[in-house]
This record gives sequence, C-alpha cells and structure tokens, in this order.
Amino acid sequence: MTTEVHRTTSYDADERGWFGGPEHGWGGRFMPEALVAALDELTEAWQEAMADPGFVADFDAILREYGGLPSPLYHAERLSRQVGARVLLKREDLNHTGAHKIRNVLGQALLTKRMGKTRVIAETGAGQHGVASATAAAYFGLDCTVYMGAVDTRRQALNVARMHLLGAKVVPVESGSATLKDAINEALRDWVASVDHTAYLFGTAAGPHPFPSMVRDFTRGIGDEARAQCLERYGVLPDAIAACVGGGSNAIGLFTAFLDDEDVAIHGFEPGGEGVDTPRHAATIHAGDKGVLHGARTYVLQDADGQTIESHSISAGLDYPGVGPQHAHLAATGRATYTPVTDAEAMEAMALLSRTEGIIPAIESAHAVAGALRVARELAAEKGPEATVLVNLSGRGDKDMGTAIEWFGLGRTDAEVSDDVTEEPVG
Amino acid sequence: MSTVSTTPTTATAFATARAEGRAALVGYLPAGYPDVQGGIDALRAMVDAGCDVIEIGLPYSDPVMDGPTIQAAAQAALEGGVRTTDVLRTVEAVAATGVPTVVMTYWNPVERYGVPRFAADLASAGGAGLITPDLTPDSAPEWIAAADEHGLDKVFLVAPSSTDERIAMTTAACRGFVYATAVMGVTGARATTSDLAAPLVERATRLRPAGGELPVGVGLGVSNGDQAAELAAYADGVIVGSAFVRCLLDHPDDRAAGLRALTALTEDLAGGVRRA
Repeated sequence: MTTEVHRTTSYDADERGWFGGPEHGWGGRFMPEALVAALDELTEAWQEAMADPGFVADFDAILREYGGLPSPLYHAERLSRQVGARVLLKREDLNHTGAHKIRNVLGQALLTKRMGKTRVIAETGAGQHGVASATAAAYFGLDCTVYMGAVDTRRQALNVARMHLLGAKVVPVESGSATLKDAINEALRDWVASVDHTAYLFGTAAGPHPFPSMVRDFTRGIGDEARAQCLERYGVLPDAIAACVGGGSNAIGLFTAFLDDEDVAIHGFEPGGEGVDTPRHAATIHAGDKGVLHGARTYVLQDADGQTIESHSISAGLDYPGVGPQHAHLAATGRATYTPVTDAEAMEAMALLSRTEGIIPAIESAHAVAGALRVARELAAEKGPEATVLVNLSGRGDKDMGTAIEWFGLGRTDAEVSDDVTEEPVG
Repeated sequence: MSTVSTTPTTATAFATARAEGRAALVGYLPAGYPDVQGGIDALRAMVDAGCDVIEIGLPYSDPVMDGPTIQAAAQAALEGGVRTTDVLRTVEAVAATGVPTVVMTYWNPVERYGVPRFAADLASAGGAGLITPDLTPDSAPEWIAAADEHGLDKVFLVAPSSTDERIAMTTAACRGFVYATAVMGVTGARATTSDLAAPLVERATRLRPAGGELPVGVGLGVSNGDQAAELAAYADGVIVGSAFVRCLLDHPDDRAAGLRALTALTEDLAGGVRRA
C-alpha cells in the first residue's frame, strides 16, 4: 500500500491557500512580507516533491522502515460489545515516538533536506511535536531548535529531557501566556531572522499557506491506510469516522481519504475542557469566532477586540485557541461535524479503553474515543451491530500518566480506579 | 472634527521634509502604555520635540513581528485593559496636534472591529491610515477598498527577502509611504544599522510606480541620531520604535523622567535626519 499523497479532494484549497475559495476566506496567508518569499519557496518545493515519484517513494520507505507504518487497524471487540457497534481503532499510538506526529515531521524534514536547508525550528505545547521534530532532525542530521512555553517546560520536564537527549536545543518562551501560541510566535520571530537556512516544521495543519495543505499531505496516510484496511477486511467503508481536533493534524490526516465518500459521517471532537459554558475550554469551532491567527483565517477563541483568549484543556496537545482552516471549511460546509468533549468525558474514556482493551490512550485520543462511543451508540440503535465507527487513536498515554495519577488518584497501594471514573480528582 | 481638513497628510509631511533637503522622522509608541493618558502625553512629547509623523501601535496578544521591547509595553497595555476604542481615542488626541498620525496594527483586531467600521472611525478620529505588518496587498482587498473610500494611507511593508516583482506590486498598492524593513528580523534597537537597508531602499525607489514618488521609510533597529543620519542619506523617512518604547520602560515609576528621555531621544533623532 502506498501513502498516495498526490490525490486531491473536493475540499482542497486553491493555489493561494483559500479553502472554499477566497469568497469564503478560510485559510490564506496573513504573514509579514519578510516571510512571503520563504513561504512561496516552500509551496513550490512541496508541490514539486508531491509530484515526484522518487520523493513519495522515499517518504513511504522512511515511514515504513523507521516510523513503523502502516499502523494496524484494530477491532476493539470488548469495547464493541459494550456499545453494540463495531469500533475500529487506527493504532497511531504504536508509531515510533508514540503518535501520528512522526508522519508530519518526517515529511517536512525530508523536504527540508531536498531544499538544502540545514536547520529546523519547531514549536511545541506538551512536547510531543518537539520530540518528534528532534527525532526527525536526528534522523536526517539537521540542527534543531524547539520553542516551548516556559509554563510547559516546567510541566513537561520529561519531554524536555527527551529533546535534549536527541540533540535538540529547547528554548523556554516567557512572553505572552508562555504556552503553545506564544511558542509559535517565538518560532515565527526566529524564522524571520533565519529563513535563508532554516525550515519551520509547523506542528499542525494550521498556519499560513502552504502549511495547512502540506501538513495534511504528510499526515493523510492515516486515512489512506485506514480506508484500505477497512475495505480489505470488511468489504465496506465505515459508517462514521472520528478524531480529536486541537490544531487538527491527526483529524485531517484521517478525514482526507474519506472526504469524497459522502456516505461516511465525519466527526471531529474538540476539547470541551471544564465545559463550553465555562471560560475554561478550547472548543474553537464550537465556541470561537471567525478571525485571523498565526497566518490563517479560521475559527479563533478571541474577545470582542480580537485579542486571543487563552484556551484550556486537560490535554496539552489540544490546548490551542485556533484550528486548522480546512476544518473551519469542513464545518462551514457541513461535511464534518465538530462537537465538544469535556475533560471528564475524556478521562472516563481513557480509563475505559485501558481496562477493556489494554490500551492506554493519549488524553487527546481519549477525546476521540469518548465522542466515537456516543456516535457508536446512536448508530447501533439505528443499524445494529454491523454499524462501524473508525476512530483515530492518535497517540499513546505514557506521557499523560502524571495527569492520570492526579485525576484518578493512582499509585497509592490502596488505590483502585473506581467504576465511577468521573469522580473528583484526588490530591 | 474641524481640524481634519487642515491636518497635513503623511504625503505632505514627507514632501515638506524633502523640500527641506532632509528625511522625515517617524516615531512609534503603542497606545495605552503606561496607560491611555500616559501614552497620549508621551506621543505629544515626541510631536513637540520634532517627529514629523506619528505611528501608534494597537497592542495585540500575538505580535509575531515584535521583539521583546515592544512586546513588553504592548502586553502591559493589554493587561492594563486597553481597548481598540482607546487606540482610536489616542489617535484623535495626537492627530489634533496637526501631525499626521497612522496606526500600526496586526490584522485580526481590525477584522474583528469590522474593516469598513474601523476605516470610518479611524478617519473620523483624524487618523491618516494604517501600517499593516501581517497584511500584504495580495491579501488585503477589503482593507484597500475601505481605505480608498475614506482616503486613508495604506502602508505595506517590503523586506530584504522581497522579490522585485513583489516590491513593485507592494509599492503600487501603497499610499502615504512604503515601510522598508531594514533587517531580516523583528523590531528592536540594534547597535549598528543593517547593510541590507541601502540595497532595499534602492530597489524600492527604483521599482515604485513612476511619477508618484512614493516616499520610502526605513525602519527596524534605529536607536540614535547617528544611525538616523546614516539612513537619512538615502531614505525619505527614518522610522524609530523600540528605542522610544525603551525610554518609557526604563522609567516605570517616574513619568516625567520618561518624557524627558523621549524628548532628548527625539531631538537627537531629529538632528540626525537633518545632518545627512
């Protein structure tokens, strides 16, 4: 099976990065002139690479031999029995470095080599994209600097150590709210000054053109593989597919292969935090307004003056006040449905999947599982046990054990996770 | 406002400077720092000491083109509760001095306010136009239409990395002046002027539309009169931001001292643009 990254859909951007055309205005490129030449150069290099069978074959080989792909499509039988419908998990949690993100960074780093640049920079929130970028930089022998909010470097000391071990430099960002969005700002500031020899490995399918489309091309293997695996095994497409949406790279990676399969329902699950009726959430499409953030027009959590509002999610990887512009387009056209899942629902799903399948998911992915179980129950009522929901299990939960220890009160010798996993956090 | 009709435009401010055989001095501060009135007082001190054009920053939560100095003041202004309407109030108070006053803003606050409404309110406050660091002309049809309707300046940026084709496109879309960013990097005072500045100004001058003589202002990194003199030798305007902001940041507890520092720096820079 190939990654087939060259195929197009009815929901692609035009050549200037507008999804749905300039009249709807999702995406585009709202960037300083100083970066336009570099973005044009990157756009051209990416398009040439995608049309070059040699590049596609190289990318495919690296994913297979180094990344551990394609990831399996796993029928979660015990979970399926609980909800009365077939639940399929796309096991991106088994990839090298533990999440779907390895696809994007290997693609961008391979392109960086092709362009002759010697240094990469990246932003990271929880550290997963930083670790993936440091990994790709080590693999390709590139110099690597990762910008990370100072608040996050303290919360995610283990990932900082991993990046150091992989040979990357980690720069704590103290400006603004000292979290992911500020790390992006600082990486952009670096890039303005270093663009002649540096590539920016953007961590999600957001930002200025060509990043939303390019990151999608590098992650769409998730859906290409899953679609073929499902057809091969069951002879039919799933009734519904589901993914969590922060910036939206794992989601667009799954969705793309299915966009023109109009009978497949597409569900994105956003971080509902402590509830979308509270200020503490990151449900950008559900609760945000149209605006411009980090170079793209999309949904943004913002105040009445257009200042970005700080987001919250128990899952650091979903904690972003914007979202990839193609998701805004898919939401506006009705092709995909975006619904919030709260912290508590996600943690409940994390415990459930751990105990019924022996799979500890990332809390990000647990949002997708929680939402998918809702969809599966509805479909089961409609169609019976043949109803099929395919969920992207985008990452593994090792990195989230600190949060799980606090939430469930794990680790004490007398502790036992109660069946009522929504109880208040202990400690 | 009765003063609007007599307010000089940025074009006339640049023309006046040119007639005097010198470059224009463009001075920047963000609105709302240390507070709204403190910002107005500071900008007026810069007018009194010799700035030819005033640039008022609209503080924004995600300023990707700004270095630590401007970030610090803008963030303090936001934490102090500054609103878009306060920025317009600041424009009105400064434009009333008769010095052309433009707003420098990232794009999202304008879009959120409503582009036609922002243009209308900026014009009625006496503002001369906008400098848009993250909006290039090819992404700006709505702003260009609104600016044209209200006769506002459209100041776009060119950079050392810009192709000749983009410099021609950008200068053709500008009104008032074109902002040449002299370094590849963010705002912030630098010890020496960039050797990228002169070739960029030369290209902008050569590639701007024939006949209109769109002024070329050069900024990023200028902090004293000697640097201003160096740039004034070949540019129509010298733009200074972070060095002014530094004057205020260095005197957090003594506003009078901050104003004295601003006045002294303005006089030094105004001398610089006159001795090229």
